[in-house]
Amino acid sequence: MTSPNPEAANAAKPSLRQRIDLERIALGLAAPVLAVLLSLIIAGALLAVSGRDPFEAFRIMWDYGTASDGQVATLNKATVYYLAAAAAAFGFRMNLFNIGVEGQYKLAMLFAAYVGSQVDLPAFLQIPLLLVTAMLVGGLWASIAGLLKVYRGVSEVISTIMLNAIATAVIGVLLVPGVFAPKTNGTSNSIQTGKISESSHFFSISTQGGTLWGFVVIAALVGVAFQFTLNRTRFGFDLRATGRSESAAKASGVNVRRMVITSMVVSGALAGLIGLPELMQNTPYFGQNVQTNLGFIGISVALLGRNSPIGIVFSALLFAFLDASGAQLPTQGDFPSEIIPVIQGTIVICVVVAYELVRRYGLKRQQQKVGAELAAQAAAAAKKEVAA
Amino acid sequence: MVANHDIDITVQRGTVHALMGENGAGKSTLMKILYGMQKPDEGTIAVNGEQVEFSTPGDAIDRGIGMVHQHFMLADNLTVWENIVLGGEKLHGIGAKAKAKIRELSDQYGLGVRPDALVEDLGVADRQRVEILKVLYRGARILILDEPTAVLVPQEVDALFDNLRDLKAEGVTVIFISHKLHEVLAVADAISVIRRGTTVGDADPHTVTARQLAELMVGAELPSPESRESTVTEAEMLLVEGLRIAKADAEGIERVVLDDISLRIRKGEILGIAGVEGNGQAELVEAIMGMLPLDAGTVSLDGVDLTGKLTRVRREAGIGYIPEDRHRHGLLLEAPLWENRILGHVTERPNSKGVLLDPAGARADTLRIVEEFDVRTPGIEVTAASLSGGNQQKLIVGREMSHQPKLLIAAHPTRGVDVGAQAQIWEQIRAAQRDGLAVLLISADLDELIGLSDTIRVIYRGRLVADADPATVTAEDLGTAMTGAARGHIESEPEALAEAQAAAAEGTEAEAEAGPSTDTADDDQAGE
Amino acid sequence: MSTAIASKPKSPNAPAKKPKLTWPVVLLLIAGALVLFSAVGMATGNHGLTSSGQISAALSSAVPIAMAGLGGLWSERAGVVNIGLEGMMVAGTFCGAWAGFLVNPWVGLLAGMAGGALGGLLHALITVTFGVDHIVSGVGINLLIPGICAYVNRIYYKDYVADGAGANQSPPADSLPNITIPGLSGWLKTIEGHHYFLLSDIAGIVGGVVTNLSVVIVIAAVFLIASYFVLWRTVFGLRLRSCGENPTAAESLGVNVYKYKYLAVIASGAFAGLGGAYLSLVAAHFYRDGQTQGRGFIGLAAMIFGNWMPGGLAAGAGLFGFTDSLQLRDADSVHVLLLIVAIAMALLALWQSYRRQFTAGVISILVAGAVATWYALTDAVQRPLIVATPYVITLVVLALASQRLRPPKADGQIYRKGQAK
Repeated sequence: MTSPNPEAANAAKPSLRQRIDLERIALGLAAPVLAVLLSLIIAGALLAVSGRDPFEAFRIMWDYGTASDGQVATLNKATVYYLAAAAAAFGFRMNLFNIGVEGQYKLAMLFAAYVGSQVDLPAFLQIPLLLVTAMLVGGLWASIAGLLKVYRGVSEVISTIMLNAIATAVIGVLLVPGVFAPKTNGTSNSIQTGKISESSHFFSISTQGGTLWGFVVIAALVGVAFQFTLNRTRFGFDLRATGRSESAAKASGVNVRRMVITSMVVSGALAGLIGLPELMQNTPYFGQNVQTNLGFIGISVALLGRNSPIGIVFSALLFAFLDASGAQLPTQGDFPSEIIPVIQGTIVICVVVAYELVRRYGLKRQQQKVGAELAAQAAAAAKKEVAA
Repeated sequence: MVANHDIDITVQRGTVHALMGENGAGKSTLMKILYGMQKPDEGTIAVNGEQVEFSTPGDAIDRGIGMVHQHFMLADNLTVWENIVLGGEKLHGIGAKAKAKIRELSDQYGLGVRPDALVEDLGVADRQRVEILKVLYRGARILILDEPTAVLVPQEVDALFDNLRDLKAEGVTVIFISHKLHEVLAVADAISVIRRGTTVGDADPHTVTARQLAELMVGAELPSPESRESTVTEAEMLLVEGLRIAKADAEGIERVVLDDISLRIRKGEILGIAGVEGNGQAELVEAIMGMLPLDAGTVSLDGVDLTGKLTRVRREAGIGYIPEDRHRHGLLLEAPLWENRILGHVTERPNSKGVLLDPAGARADTLRIVEEFDVRTPGIEVTAASLSGGNQQKLIVGREMSHQPKLLIAAHPTRGVDVGAQAQIWEQIRAAQRDGLAVLLISADLDELIGLSDTIRVIYRGRLVADADPATVTAEDLGTAMTGAARGHIESEPEALAEAQAAAAEGTEAEAEAGPSTDTADDDQAGE
Repeated sequence: MSTAIASKPKSPNAPAKKPKLTWPVVLLLIAGALVLFSAVGMATGNHGLTSSGQISAALSSAVPIAMAGLGGLWSERAGVVNIGLEGMMVAGTFCGAWAGFLVNPWVGLLAGMAGGALGGLLHALITVTFGVDHIVSGVGINLLIPGICAYVNRIYYKDYVADGAGANQSPPADSLPNITIPGLSGWLKTIEGHHYFLLSDIAGIVGGVVTNLSVVIVIAAVFLIASYFVLWRTVFGLRLRSCGENPTAAESLGVNVYKYKYLAVIASGAFAGLGGAYLSLVAAHFYRDGQTQGRGFIGLAAMIFGNWMPGGLAAGAGLFGFTDSLQLRDADSVHVLLLIVAIAMALLALWQSYRRQFTAGVISILVAGAVATWYALTDAVQRPLIVATPYVITLVVLALASQRLRPPKADGQIYRKGQAK
């Protein structure tokens, strides 16, 4: 199986004396840039065909993106997307497809909201409590898939798809008046948990463009920890080795079973964080407000960012920008905001194809180069031997 | 990269034509071209005087060319008849008529193939017969056999050769790819030798000697591991007792893979394990490495009990491992060399300090390995995939030797490696042995086994059934034991032994006159 | 479980251990289940589970799932994992409703299949030609196709409000014909009404099938059966399956692996598209965003539950459809189901102890006891639990029977031409 985690780490680590590597970086960057351009062209054509001026649409988006309120909205969304992508990418780095991010974050968010509504500690205890609760729930839910894979050989793709559906059911059972939702007088249709306590609110920064969620700090911490773990720790090496070749990793002494469970749990724990910015900064309860599909967006963002903690910063910002500015389209002209998923979908599909082509081209090219260099060396050596 | 250039071969109808060359000489590429799996950049192919061009295997099949691949091309979950009929459905349909035809062909050539069996349930020799039948079913008049004997025991090889002679008698042309000299001399009517992707000469098997052939193949002197004085000490290094592994198969039936395996390797001793592939060698290695759970038995190293310990603990305890399949088990192909240097020793210096990696230390040490072990590479940032097989293997050997191993497990250490690297690897194993290393050597190359080992044990169907002293045994007698025909301690007839040793000695002398023996220097390169 | 295992020829020298699911065994099990259902129905006075209404609702829910599963079957038998089924289904709902409105629902069905097939073509292009990981491609497709459909839905139907288009949905298409067997259906209804032991239950089930049966259900059933014959009894099918088992071997025999993979994945999309068209032409008469509700994934689950065989897949789809339609039933019927499960588990425990599988037997009897207690202590079952049941069952099957499952050997692997050694 081709690894879904191309060597972003290599691309980011230039070796000065080798042109090959510079070339690879250029190639690596060309792929996403071209994918974005291509998808803009396709979306533009789609807009033009439906009788709308694509340049006007892009101008609206660009204007919003360069305005301070647009930037704040983008950053807030990017925070969520970054967490979602980090959750997916952590699994991807060892060839684990955690399709279940979707179920993990919803369940984690529900539990965090419930705990937040029932417990009222001082903020310095309350906030860590909610973070830990969410991560624990997400991690535990994900661990089911990990255990099933390790002990029963069930593909994590299938089991996480099942677990997503089961998570929805679990939420349905729990989110009823008298369980996780307060008993209401029956006036309201929508069922939701109680409001989380004031102390559960995460800090935010007021800017002239609106409220910037303080959760961006958590996302940044996650990113730094992810990057450090991946490239500077033994655990990270084991993780990458397993992703590149499970058989080689096993022979090298990596306890693959434990790695599978660990990375599923970590991935699920990260997924647990996804819903918290919304909960702790925007709407203080769990109910109809929950944004769905974040799990799959996270997978897309991770793929675009080549599963690298640095790469997904850019892809999360791009996706967030598209979504935030896309929301402006219907308000400022006759542009349906539904064009945004089209752009995002095209980007993802173009980019995975481009990465694959670049990966294969790069491998072949390096093989040729090494062959050529060695042939030259061998020829020189042979001459020396003859002379001697 | 040029894999093949200036290849000229003419094959007469109704003959067995052998195509020889060592591993990596370009035989496989040539075969792929002949069978339409790859297109040549220039040059022509003519069948029966008619120039042809193959763009798919289908084209080759239409011209009556059939190929029996070295790695069997069978779908395990399909039945024998489905495998045979696949791609040739137009010939006899896919119903009763097809099955009847299969039975008819099977009887005609004495292949004994059962059309309704599931391929999954067949043994190696049976699978090969299915492969041959597959080709015959398509009415092939030219048969290409790619290293057909690599996986067979000598008796099965004889049966195969009988089949080939029958085929020849019926006017079928056979192209037989091999690097095993005595097999080629036994069965071929004509021989072409390939080296470095080009034909270097034709030979008549009736007049050529094995030695001349070998020189044609290698183009230089033939290296062969030499026996030397013993470095075996009395100190026990590896002790394996009563090992047993039984795997449950898809049916839920237990199949015993290893049974009652006990062995002991002392410091400075090389213990060779001989056996036909698939008799439990791979599992034995994995059991000692801690990659397979044991059902019974113990493993201890240097007095420390390692039973039930994780692979990493065993590696840290001092087991070095040169795996059989380096692409799957030894390397991260898409990672740079220095990361490959870390693989397997991530917990040890200079690769890490505490839980943190030490990339600088690993890089520096990789440079040292490249230098000391003569790994030919333009740098340590290139991916492992871009190195040749021999250099990949040297990197692995260098890595495993860099952590003062107490025990080295070397599974087919020179398989698919060029002659130069082969000699270097042997020398490195020897040098370490002199320093007190214990080595468990698994090899399909009997000459390598006899040349390197201090003791040889024979594995057959998961049991160690025989043992031998390499000084008093011939490859032939060892081969017999590998089929399960001989048990206990094996000792060869003195005169046969003398002859074999003389032949081996001659083989190593580059300038010597051509020797008379046809058994000379058989199989210096292990099968792929 | 499924008939799939029975049709798998086993090694001749392996001793028979487990009784195989042959047709007689399956029929016996079905008969046993019927008796159980009617006995419990008599005892509790609730005949809802075998009523014609329940059966026809279950059938109706099962069809889109079965078609998605059939799509998965075609694709995976050729070695391509297709989690893009969901997206292809969406394409089917959209194209089905669109052509159904513009021309007629028959053309709508065809258009739905064509739309799904287009999605399949895209998946084939990405996975087969470009060699991208199958899951990755599937995720991309699930993002892209619903996006395009939502976009077109938004801009296109604005001008059709007069025809009944809503803010978010397409104008309605005409209905497809339903089949009711005139005399039989009424007669069965009468028998069902009498609540005779067994007889009324059978009448309910048969009645559910012969009353107001959508013609698309018949078409789906035909496709399901035809798929078995095409895949297992024709040259085309042999070649297609060989691509999923060992593509290099197939290539070496002159099979054009790319071609068969393409055809399989396109067919896969077409079946998913038909499932989608069923949703927008039969289950509803219009297209709406998010109409599929993850049925593509459920189809995949049904296929895996059915061990990658059409018969098993049909059983899986039936199970998912049955529980899905239970949501619409009165709470009482669902509650009765608990009792049935408890009795079935107890019977299973008896069988297991007869076969001396005591650990399994103890577990079964414990489960039976727990479910019986649950039945005794409650008056209703939370509906979300019922929806979750088939997923849990599939997980349990995967976890316990993974050794007996036989996915195609090269399923999900990326194949490149000429990669043979």
